[in-house]
Parts: sequence; C-alpha cells; structure tokens
Amino acid sequence: MIRAENIRKSFGDQEVLKGISFTFEAGKTNLIIGRSGAGKTVLLKILVGLFAPSSGRVWYDDRDFSSLSKQQVRELRMEVGMLFQGNALFDSMTIEENIRFPMDMFTKMSFLEKQSRVNEVLERVSMEGINKKFPSEISGGMQKRVGIARSIVLNPKYLFCDEPNSGLDPKTSITIDELISNITDDNNITTIINTHDMNSVMEIGENICLLHEGKLAWQGNKDQVLQSDNEELHNFIFASPFLQKLVDRVGAKNI
Amino acid sequence: MNPLSLLFHFGKFVDWQRQIYRRPENIRMYYKELVRQMYDIGLGSLPIIFLISIFLGAVTVTQFYYQMDGQFIPNSFIGYIVRDMMIIELSPTFSCIILAGKVGSNMAAEIGGMRQKEHIDAMDIMGVNTSAYLVMPKVLAAFMMIPLLVTVSAFIGIAGGYLASVPVGLFTHNDYVTGLRLFFEPHNIFIMFVKAATFAIILTSVSCYQGYFVKGGSIELGEASTRAVVYSIILILVADYIIALILT
Repeated sequence: MIRAENIRKSFGDQEVLKGISFTFEAGKTNLIIGRSGAGKTVLLKILVGLFAPSSGRVWYDDRDFSSLSKQQVRELRMEVGMLFQGNALFDSMTIEENIRFPMDMFTKMSFLEKQSRVNEVLERVSMEGINKKFPSEISGGMQKRVGIARSIVLNPKYLFCDEPNSGLDPKTSITIDELISNITDDNNITTIINTHDMNSVMEIGENICLLHEGKLAWQGNKDQVLQSDNEELHNFIFASPFLQKLVDRVGAKNI
Repeated sequence: MNPLSLLFHFGKFVDWQRQIYRRPENIRMYYKELVRQMYDIGLGSLPIIFLISIFLGAVTVTQFYYQMDGQFIPNSFIGYIVRDMMIIELSPTFSCIILAGKVGSNMAAEIGGMRQKEHIDAMDIMGVNTSAYLVMPKVLAAFMMIPLLVTVSAFIGIAGGYLASVPVGLFTHNDYVTGLRLFFEPHNIFIMFVKAATFAIILTSVSCYQGYFVKGGSIELGEASTRAVVYSIILILVADYIIALILT
C-alpha cells in the first residue's frame, strides 16, 4: 500500500498539487486520471521519489519516504519497478542487457540464473526470442512490453506506470492494460498507473483518483464511474463529442 | 552568465562531487563502464591527437627557424625549444583543448540525452547512484588515459618537428637530436603529467555536469554541449596558468 498524505507541490509561484491525500491499495491497479496539466505526472513522480513534495508525506506501507536515509531509499528502490511513458530503454544495450541491467547492478546471481530470469520475464510479456535485438529494432508496443519486463525483473512490490498506453493503437493498449492487470493480480503488487485512457479506466480501474487542477476531484472504482454524478468526472469521461451525444441520447448510467 | 548564477552553479557543482565519489553499488559494472570509457577516450582520441601533434611540432620548428635565422643561435637550440614546448605547454594544453571539444561535448550530449530520454530517472528508480555510475568511470578513464595521450602527443610533436625540418634541409639530423638532448629537466615531465591529469578532471567533470543537469529539449542539449566545451576550455587555460605559476 502507498499512501499520499496532504501532498502539495509548487514550481515557483505556481501550485501544481494542492493537498492530495489518497491511499493506493496493495494488490490492485490504482489509477491516477485527469486532463493534461491536472498534476498526474507530478504526483506520480512525487510518489516514486523523483520530485520532493513542497509539503506532505508519502508512505510505503509503514515507511515514511521523506524520513528514510539514502541507504534506506536505495533499499526501497529494489522493491520498485517503473514503466516510463517513453519506455526509457537504454538504446546502446540489447533487450536482454536492458532487462538484465537491474540484476547485474544489484544481485549476485550467476549469469545463467540471470539469463533464465530474463527469458522468464520476456515470456511473461509474450516477447520471447527478441533477446539480441536493440530497442530501435522493435515496435512501440513491443518496447512497452520490454519496459514492463524490465520493471518486474526484480519482483517489485510496487509498480508505477506513466501513461503506459500513450502512442499505442487501441488493441495494443488493451493488451498492455491486461498484462499490467494480470501481473498485479499474480504478484499481489501495488500498481499505480497514470493515464487518461478511458478504456483503461473502465477495464482495469480498481481504485481510481481523479485529479482536477491539482486537487482530488473524485475517487472510486470502475463500477462507480458511470453511476457517479461528479461533474468533473463526467466532463473527463465524456469529453469526446461522440460520447457526449451518446450520453445525451441514452443517459450516462445506461451506457 | 551573471556572478550570482556562476556562484550558484559552482556551489551545485561542488556539492554534486560528493555524490559522484561514493562507493559503487557493483564494482564489476563500474569496471565494465570504466574499460568502455578508457577505450573511447584513449583509442578513440588517438587519431586526432596524432594529427594535431604532428602539425604542432612542425609549426613550432618552422616558426622558430624563421625567427632565429641569422641571430647567431645554434640550430640545435630549435630541437631543445620544440622538446620543452611540447612537453610543458603544447601537448598538455592543446591536446586537452581539442579533447574538450571531442570528448567533452560527447559526454555532455550522451548524459544530456540520457536525461531527456528518462534513462537517468529509470536508473534512479532502480536505486542506481546515477551521478556515480555515469560520471565516476568517465572521470577516472580520462584521468588515466589523457596523460598517456599527452605523452604520445609530445613524442609525435617532436617527431613532427623533425619531419618538418631535417628532410626539407632546414638543418641536420645531428643538430635536431643534439638539441633534444640539451638541458633536459625531468621536472618538466612532472609538470606535463600534472597538467594532463588536472585538465582531464576539469574537462570531464564540467562536461558531465552540463549534461547531467540539462533541462528542456534538443536546443538546450545543444547549448549544454557548447557550454561544456567553452567552460572546459576557459577553466583549462586558467588552470594552466595556475599550474605554471606554482610549478615553474
């Protein structure tokens, strides 16, 4: 479980997050949703420790992130995996070397053990046989899968995904969502996904927080989305003209 | 750049050094990176060092021969002048200025590119001390390889001086070799190594700093790369003067 406690963040005079408190539950796919500029990425980066909040605390289970020593932060990092929006695969390394990198750096596993683990996670994301390819030689969707493989190679307790569906076609997006959701269920990890993909919200949103102008505007799960009367949620979900016409015709609760 | 900003960056740079020189998470990974950097900096820079050094030696001989012509100074003194100029000044300073352009800009662009593509964030989240992993092997590799390159440069420069004078008949083989053996001062070799090692640390640290803290897009990355070269060259020249004051 990861808990954000009254998180505020300002850049200069601009306050981007205005006191966010939310609990991201273990074993669930937790979604941070909202329009562009709502503060989703900033919140995610604060949760993962890339930004320091102006005030407030982040708890990893019973550990207060801000009061950890550098050594404790490094130890905590071993329990964290992250999928970046742009995948962040190292261009000069092969797929195999990319996935092996965290193991090379932090474990004393033998080469064969590492090799076996690489093949295991590649199989997990249905990407067998691309070990020797470079990131530039595979498609965007495949890069996402490899990014997921790398983020789970050390069996993390916490998985962060920043816009995992950006730049992907709808079918590949669904596959990536299912993959993340299955990994979350199978390994009972706390997964936090930053997205504005409506399909993700409706398919895998087990615990959702909607940000609007730096504030928590709504929280719930995928089953509560269509039943909610929250105006901000309504505006976000039915932003497209097509959906708006559909809502006008049949009503949101009947979709 | 205004003085306040200069002071800010100086403080940030000094503070950053504490993160670089820490115990590596995994010696083998750092060693692998060190070897890669030594190869890139050492072998990768050899052709350009060869080229500039041979012409530095050739130009020095030609200019001094022109200036000393008819001044009742023995021709052998030209060999002596070329030797000491290459060892004390031209090889360490010119080589490192060239390397600031080649190696420094490359390091700034490489690390800056990694910052922009979130590679550094990815490593941070894995728990890697990115300042140490990305910078320490580069500084150490440069610290070890640049003095060797400068030594090679001194030899090539002296050979370049020979090729520009003896075969074209400015003076004889004996004049040049006699000059090379005149008034040899081993302390000058020490000065050369001190300069080379100091310049190596300056050009890598400054360049890596510019790359590591880059913000924005490709234009900012280009600017950071330019700053890496310009600041490295300025600091190399300042350090050159200070070392000359202290050691001569």
